[in-house]
Amino acid sequence: MRILRHPILGELTGLKTVTIYYGDQPISAVEGEPIAAALLNAGIRVFRKTAKRHEPRGIFCAIGRCTDCMMIVDGVPNTRTCVTSVRDGMRVRLQDGRQ
Amino acid sequence: MRNVAAEVAVIGAGPAGLCAAYQARSAGADVLLIDENKLPGGQLFKQIHKFFGSGEHQAGVRGFDIAKALLTRVAESGVRVKLDSLVYGIQPDKSMGLLDAEENCLLRAEKVVIAAGAKENYTPFAGSTLPGVIGAGAAQTMIHINRVLPGKRVVMVGAGNVGLIVSYQLLQAGAEVAAVVEAAPRIGGYGVHAAKIRRAGVPIYVGHTISRAYGGTDGGGDCGAGAGGVEHVEIVRLDENWRPVAGSEFTLDADTVCLAVGLSPMTELIWMAGCRFEYIPAFGGHVPLHDHNMETTVGGLYVAGDVTGVEEASTAMEEGGLAGVAAAEALGYLSASAAARKKAEIAARLNSLREGPFGDARRAAKEKQLAAMARFCSCEAERGAV
Repeated sequence: MRILRHPILGELTGLKTVTIYYGDQPISAVEGEPIAAALLNAGIRVFRKTAKRHEPRGIFCAIGRCTDCMMIVDGVPNTRTCVTSVRDGMRVRLQDGRQ
Repeated sequence: MRNVAAEVAVIGAGPAGLCAAYQARSAGADVLLIDENKLPGGQLFKQIHKFFGSGEHQAGVRGFDIAKALLTRVAESGVRVKLDSLVYGIQPDKSMGLLDAEENCLLRAEKVVIAAGAKENYTPFAGSTLPGVIGAGAAQTMIHINRVLPGKRVVMVGAGNVGLIVSYQLLQAGAEVAAVVEAAPRIGGYGVHAAKIRRAGVPIYVGHTISRAYGGTDGGGDCGAGAGGVEHVEIVRLDENWRPVAGSEFTLDADTVCLAVGLSPMTELIWMAGCRFEYIPAFGGHVPLHDHNMETTVGGLYVAGDVTGVEEASTAMEEGGLAGVAAAEALGYLSASAAARKKAEIAARLNSLREGPFGDARRAAKEKQLAAMARFCSCEAERGAV
């Protein structure tokens, strides 16, 4: 959920949006924001599954340290979505294990 | 391989690195400030609360305003800044591997300041790997930088200052905080922060911990995207030996668990350089030995901020300044007397930041660290004399 009003940070205005695709699902994202933020805003929490037990993983640290949020971005696996900015038309896929 | 050179290389553009770069540059040194993120400021822009301390520590000023002022000063001073660039390795001779926009470079500097900061700790419990379990700092990043609410109803684990402040910030952003859970028998953070969230009706359970987080699909293998995250959180009371009390469990509905269970210094580069360390739990684990100039056991390699032991942004800024002054002095840009004056001013401010009931433990830890450095230096001197 987007925080449009905030008592300290003020109102969020003049947002430029782009469209990314989660699988085939179009998702509206704010220009320049990390992929992880756009997905979280769209209610998507499972970003990848582990290689052996296929357990779901999502955002943990949000600053590029833990690698829990890695996905396949424009065909490139192991992309840290919390530190990779969205780009119009970008294609993002859930990563199952290594691919 | 391309060569990159600077008189002073500062790694990490958070509060400590920015202050180190500014001090060294304003004394006249050529300074290259490097950060792997796209924006400088480290975690300072995520701190929307007013800082504590006295006027000289910018008390009453919000973290992001401190960051803005600091960035302006650094930009005007003529520090060269490389963002989106990663220092991935360092040799004992201080030559470094640098990925500059994905190009592999050899970075050499006469003086190096490592201000790499700290990372959030994790604590294991059943379901702790589920989507929806995030660091408290991750919640701050999502809310204050990306303006996205990480969850609707949150359980905060840890009632230190980070847990208390982030709980309040979640409320400000429009989330509900179902509870703050603290394993210790008392609240660890400042009373004023605890009072604010209590006034807002958030229960703080001391002597309790999270025993389980689970979702409707129990986090199993076949959940689809969007499913499989946290939906319920089980909390249990602890006895005086920190053991769960059977039968005391209760469950809260929550889609998010925030972990505020401390931070650990990100010391990888400092280990790689061959510096000596001391284990100091109050500082978050193994921390590099350093002297009053912030110089480590590797000559010309300085450290500053959380990487020397987890404290606060205000102490990080002062330590950074100290390292910057010392590096400039060692390069001959400041006379011994001019440097001594600056360092005494900074040291006095650092001392006052390590006072009071919450500062005492950190001052004792810093004294232990400095004493270990002094022992190391006298051993080396003896060895040299033989």
